[in-house]
Amino acid sequence: MNERSEMLEGIRRAIGSRGSDRESDYASIRRGYHQALPIDLPECVHLFVDRLHDYDATVHFCPVEGIAATVAAVLSGRRKHSLLVPPQLPPDWMPSNFEFIRDTGLSYGHIDRSEGVLTGCAIAIAATGTIVLRHSAGEGRRALTLIPDYHLCVVFEHQIVGTVPEGIRLMSEFGRAPITTISGPSATADIEMTRIKGVHGPRTLDVILVA
Amino acid sequence: MSIRVGDAAEAPSFPRAARALLGNTQLRQNVRRATEVIRNRRARVVGELSDWEQLRQAGHEIKQHTLQYLDFYLEQFEEACTRAGGQVHWARDADEANAIILSILGARQAREVIKVKTMTSDEIGLNHALEAAGITPYETDLADLIVQLGDDRPSHIVVPALHRNRMEVRDIFLRKMHLRELGDKPEDLTNAARAYLREKFLRVGVAISGANFAVAETGSVCVVESEGNGRMCVSLPEVLITLVGIEKVIPRFEDLEVFLQTLPRSATGERMNPYNSIWTGIVPGDGPQEFHVVLLDNGRTKVLADTESRETLDCIRCGACLNACPVYRQTGGHAYGSMYSGPIGAILTPQLQSLEHSESLPYASSLCGACYEVCPVKINIPEILLHLRAKVTAAGDAPFEERVGMEAAAFVFEDPDMLALAQKLSRIAQKPFERDGVIRHLPGMLSGWTAFRDLTPIPKQSFREWWNERESQRGDQ
Ligand code: SF4
Repeated sequence: MNERSEMLEGIRRAIGSRGSDRESDYASIRRGYHQALPIDLPECVHLFVDRLHDYDATVHFCPVEGIAATVAAVLSGRRKHSLLVPPQLPPDWMPSNFEFIRDTGLSYGHIDRSEGVLTGCAIAIAATGTIVLRHSAGEGRRALTLIPDYHLCVVFEHQIVGTVPEGIRLMSEFGRAPITTISGPSATADIEMTRIKGVHGPRTLDVILVA
Repeated sequence: MSIRVGDAAEAPSFPRAARALLGNTQLRQNVRRATEVIRNRRARVVGELSDWEQLRQAGHEIKQHTLQYLDFYLEQFEEACTRAGGQVHWARDADEANAIILSILGARQAREVIKVKTMTSDEIGLNHALEAAGITPYETDLADLIVQLGDDRPSHIVVPALHRNRMEVRDIFLRKMHLRELGDKPEDLTNAARAYLREKFLRVGVAISGANFAVAETGSVCVVESEGNGRMCVSLPEVLITLVGIEKVIPRFEDLEVFLQTLPRSATGERMNPYNSIWTGIVPGDGPQEFHVVLLDNGRTKVLADTESRETLDCIRCGACLNACPVYRQTGGHAYGSMYSGPIGAILTPQLQSLEHSESLPYASSLCGACYEVCPVKINIPEILLHLRAKVTAAGDAPFEERVGMEAAAFVFEDPDMLALAQKLSRIAQKPFERDGVIRHLPGMLSGWTAFRDLTPIPKQSFREWWNERESQRGDQ
């Protein structure tokens, strides 16, 4: 505790006198940047899809009642038979003829050997093509969408907001649940500034966009 | 107290180190090419935002506000983090931070740790301390891995291995990963790193991370990254230790809306980096069940105390000032003597450790102002450089002042490009240092330049215009 009080004391000395009170000083921060985009939902969706394509993610479109069928089509296309899912993934997203293994505390080794993972998301941000996961029984713990090499993610159009500020507002209400934001598959440009897709996270990201 | 910035105190002076590096054409070529690529990407995605200036201003004001109430926000962070199950430790200097981390590892009898890019840990010399205690640290960021396996030093704060080309990386991996064969395509190298590290991610029980932001209101920590190694480190091991410089705290969760726009665009020229992890304390059933935060001072309070250079602590480590800096682009990062290179290194290192150990660094600049122009939190680096030069002079070491000034000037003048730059800058460079319409005394190198002023007429173009034109002409050649 000694170091603590010494550090805090040192910091107070270094700051010296402060003008106004903290709350009003904070309130005086000028935030002249845009909070929202001047576009409507269809344009937002369009922008989001554009961004995902930029990241080399593949996007499939379907109506609400077509999720399971689309999942089946995507998995067949990828030659996959079995995916992991979070404990509370809606049952009607999972087509028959495929195996879905619920994560009820699988070992990392088990997750590592899987063919991939299917989840939903909490929100999505159009301007940056970002998918936001709020880790919970619905979207799974963090390891589940991290260790597998393949991630199939279901995004509803109504979950898409325009800008980062709009997204952060919503994320601030997530409580203590861990949050992961995903903007395209994992990548690096560390070697000669060449962008290489897929280092440690899933190397392939497929998105199903539900109208 | 022992305030250390890596081993910068033992490093040779900037002009001496720079002179040696200028002879390494391979390195200079790699640095030039890499910085060029990031600068272009950055320019494109920054140009997309019509509210960029407002975002910079807000970022600056949020940081300035936080520093003004730093004691409050640190205590608030501690309280929130503790409430969520984290344990917060306070370290006044490098040795204390290392000791805290070693004692946590000791209690666990850990022999290995995985690490995700933390410059702060380089600052405190953590890897040396771990190795001395018989603990093996594995760097997991691809560039850091290249640096670690190559027994090398980081040369850039965002892309630490940018001085290496693929052939060099291939040689290092072949040797150190004991591979029989390996291609030289970036994909081959990336795949080798994936295979090498995956086993460690799944097995090693303790991780050490840095933090880009620590949110006071909620006790949350945010790590910004591209490869997924950050996610691996912060969400797989049983124990997580996060080392946080005290200036990394921000007041509210909502403040992320500014920095998560400005940081990725400035750092890698992406609209958003592939991954951000945000977590709060401990969550049963998900991720580490033991979480430590080490709050590090190590000289930051000294920077805080100097109101003229306090804004140095605003830095979000995006690296844009390095890529923009004509001096950095000539020398690369190694000349700066620590992991903090480029313009930010030139102002941060001398302030953290005592000035006499790095008094040549404030001269490692042509004062052209490009760093200030790109900085996403509007740190007026040229003005702080001048402030620090004045301090070197005021320390009563005038002969030294002249010596270093002239040494630095000599290194510039030996290079015909740099000389041309220096001449053309001599008047324009004064602009950022006007206060109340008065130009203050320009100490050091610039005063030497005044001799050249009459030799070449100063062009009517702005510096940026001139520089860009010069660059595009070079490109045409
Ligand atoms: S000083 Fe500014 S431009 Fe340089 S690294 Fe820090 S935030 Fe980025």
